[in-house]
Amino acid sequence: MTMSVPLVEVEDLSVNFVTRESDVRAVNGVNFTMMPGEVMCMLGESGSGKSVTMRALMRLLPPKRSVIRGRIRIAGQDVQAMGDAALRRMRGGTVSMIFQEPMTAFDPVVRVGDQIAEVVAQHRGVSRREGRRRALDLFELVRIPSPERRLDAYPHELSGGLRQRAMIALALSCEPKLLLADEPTTALDATVQIQVLILLRKLQQELGMSVIFVTHDLGVAAEIADRVAIMYAGRVVETGSVRDVLKAPLHPYTSGLLASTVHDQPRDRELETIPGAPPDMRNLPPGCSFAPRCPQAAGDCQLAVPPPVSPSPGRVARCLRVAGAQPLMEFA
Amino acid sequence: MFGYILRRLLSAVPIAFGVSVVCFLLVYLAPGDPVQTLLPPDADAETVAQVKRMYGLDQPLPVQYLTWLGRVMVGDFGRSIATGRPVADEIFRSLGNTVLLAGLSVLVAFSIAFVLGTIAGRHAGGWLDRVVTGVAVVGVSVPNYWLGIVLVIIFSVEMMALPASGMGDGRFDPTSWEHVQYLILPVITLSMIPVGIIARTTRSAVSEVMNQEFVTTLRANGLPEWRVLRHALKNALPPVLAVMGLQFGTLMGGSILVETVFSWPGSGFLLSKAILTRDIPVLQGTILVLALIFVFTNLTVDLFQSSVDPRIRRA
Repeated sequence: MTMSVPLVEVEDLSVNFVTRESDVRAVNGVNFTMMPGEVMCMLGESGSGKSVTMRALMRLLPPKRSVIRGRIRIAGQDVQAMGDAALRRMRGGTVSMIFQEPMTAFDPVVRVGDQIAEVVAQHRGVSRREGRRRALDLFELVRIPSPERRLDAYPHELSGGLRQRAMIALALSCEPKLLLADEPTTALDATVQIQVLILLRKLQQELGMSVIFVTHDLGVAAEIADRVAIMYAGRVVETGSVRDVLKAPLHPYTSGLLASTVHDQPRDRELETIPGAPPDMRNLPPGCSFAPRCPQAAGDCQLAVPPPVSPSPGRVARCLRVAGAQPLMEFA
Repeated sequence: MFGYILRRLLSAVPIAFGVSVVCFLLVYLAPGDPVQTLLPPDADAETVAQVKRMYGLDQPLPVQYLTWLGRVMVGDFGRSIATGRPVADEIFRSLGNTVLLAGLSVLVAFSIAFVLGTIAGRHAGGWLDRVVTGVAVVGVSVPNYWLGIVLVIIFSVEMMALPASGMGDGRFDPTSWEHVQYLILPVITLSMIPVGIIARTTRSAVSEVMNQEFVTTLRANGLPEWRVLRHALKNALPPVLAVMGLQFGTLMGGSILVETVFSWPGSGFLLSKAILTRDIPVLQGTILVLALIFVFTNLTVDLFQSSVDPRIRRA
């Protein structure tokens, strides 16, 4: 990697959802940096804090009910400190997001072309008409057939795959430096999933933007990412290049995830599952949150949250059982 | 869209037909004989028979209905038993007054309620929401004839600031205070219930829409909050329009109590007089016209809704 400046720096990010009855600790000290043009996959079960982390990056969490701590810098700007105008310029301008459910992510009573045109007009200060021309270009970019006609369609008139393409067009409308894709293929049919994935990877290469791809599908991660971050109970338990992590996982949770996929497994073997269930986020154990489900857990795992260790360059895991590991000073 | 309009129009025809049958029969279901109110109690059988023949009341019901319908189709509702004037004239004159009163109340109520409901829905759960909801509950709960009387006591009897009843002398001139002052108390009275109902509907529609995923998308795309709200309002509009339509229909025909309290010479007032004097032609005609207005209003609401929300057109 050259001497370029990181695009995203997240330091010790934690998010609590506070209600009268409970305090849900959705994210507990997440650290990562991303270089421009890098593609990172966030992997983890439902409720592991992936989507919440994404939304925190754009400050989309409900301000009254969520307490966000830590530091988020995107393109040199402190997201937490942004005023309304700066926040609006960042959202959809520098950073944009693709949502899981393209049906509910569009305004159902406005034509998709107009929705894109509105955003373009907002950010570029151009007319709606100019915005629509841009929308047409974008529809061609995301390979929507007969784009002119589709601009006039309402969201319910498009198929799931086309809607997600339109969503991608909307997200790319102002050439973001960072694209957050929050399980963009989960709601789609298997064949359409692959098309959308290939499209996203192609667009990423053409436009050179950074992408954070949230998924619980290892296959998707292997397909698209340079680097993966495995999340468990609101923490990043392992990061590394996609090749290293999938070949030789460090954290027992990652191993468990790999063992429980259907890919590259002999037909006759029963699929392995990770025993137990994710911890209650209102009441996290003091030690490693994975310890209760971990086959390698011992008494020392329950004492404190394991510090991040790095057994080889570019790889980090939070596990006491990682062999030959050196504690990472800047993290500890 | 054109096909949808045509379909809706055609579906209104059987409804209108049913309405006319019910209107015609309703009067016969009520106890009492209209002929008796026309004649002295000691009138002999021959006179009664003659009067019955005069009004066609000796014919079998279906024949009476068809004759009535045939005349109604060309705008002839018969003559009032009480005044002897053509019913169409009576309805036309009083309906004009009601349209003035109800139309103004609707305008006032809809705008106040929509703004209040939007504010409350936007800040659902906050103190603004609680204030608006409180106002709405009061608006719905206060009986409007009682409110009318209280307003008359305060503003007409005690302060002598506004007239208590009627609509002034001569032709109503909406530009002169002499006439407009008669509108103020009835309009306030009539607006209360619709304000409450529409504010609550708007509130729940807006707060529901504000929780939808697409609102997050709009924010995630950097749209300013007023543009987000505009999207939300467009989505919240169909249920609000439906309730507005019903309220408009109710105000057009259902202001009997308020029009009576203020002696406003509108259709409600006419209706109450017709009921008291068993003036069957006036009753039938007025109810029919009001019911048709109701049908037409709902039709208009349907068309408005479908122009706001394209998904309705498919149904």
